[in-house]
Amino acid sequence: MSDVRGVLVTHGAMAQGMVDAVRRISGAPDDALVALSNDGCSPEVLRDAIGGALGEGPVIVFTDLGAGSCTLAARLSCADRDRVAVISGVNLPMLLDFVFHRSLPVAELAERLAEKGREGVRILTAPKAHVDRPVPG
Amino acid sequence: MSIVLYRVDERLIHGQVVLGWGGELHPRRYIVVDDALADSEWEQDLYRLAVPDDTEVLFRGVAEAREALTEWAAQAIRTVLLTRDVSTMAALGSEGGLGGVEVNLGGIHHRPGRTEVRPYLFIGDEEREGVRSLVAGGVHVSGRDLPGGLRVDAEQILG
Repeated sequence: MSDVRGVLVTHGAMAQGMVDAVRRISGAPDDALVALSNDGCSPEVLRDAIGGALGEGPVIVFTDLGAGSCTLAARLSCADRDRVAVISGVNLPMLLDFVFHRSLPVAELAERLAEKGREGVRILTAPKAHVDRPVPG
Repeated sequence: MSIVLYRVDERLIHGQVVLGWGGELHPRRYIVVDDALADSEWEQDLYRLAVPDDTEVLFRGVAEAREALTEWAAQAIRTVLLTRDVSTMAALGSEGGLGGVEVNLGGIHHRPGRTEVRPYLFIGDEEREGVRSLVAGGVHVSGRDLPGGLRVDAEQILG
């Protein structure tokens, strides 16, 4: 079974920056994760770009914002595909887990990545409890 | 007036509209005027996912929207009205229903035959004709992608 490929679709330069970070951290091959931006793209152009990046095998399309044009274009591009998942709210922990587990079945991998993405958001340093209290007097 | 934004944007309901303009205008209803989308329920569902749960979304064809325009404008619910292109907005206002309002051009992208006015605004013959038709009907047409952006007036748009 072929490895799952990733397509990252975001506003601005976010996709290219995230792919660059993933490659620097993990050494993932270039074809594991492709970056697309919606900059200057009409909806049709963006859908065509995503469609062109999907290829033949299993794919996960990562998008930045669930309510955004990238997600809408991704869902429309993937509407007729069986082995494709679209995941919104992409973050770096999710992408790093993706490049190390591309051999999993795409449905199982998508579930795993959504969970990894959620786990990656934590408050590590909390403000002191008293700082927002009004000063007496 | 309860229609707080009339906007032409190829992407219709998306982040810039819901977050950028929505954060400024606090709409509780989006009305999308588009003949093709009015007949495509599954595509409507995709757009509905982009708005908060307490926000209404209507999809109407041009003819039906033209009939309802006066009523929508009279209703208290804060509304953003969207079309995919200038010609649809011009058709909506063809019987004077948009006289005196401001139409925002917020997302018309590159295509052969269009020239760049702003990075988010490319204008060709079809768009020029639509803008002229709107202006002739007493509509104030301007370009702006986000509330904090610089406003481009109709003269600049038409070149």
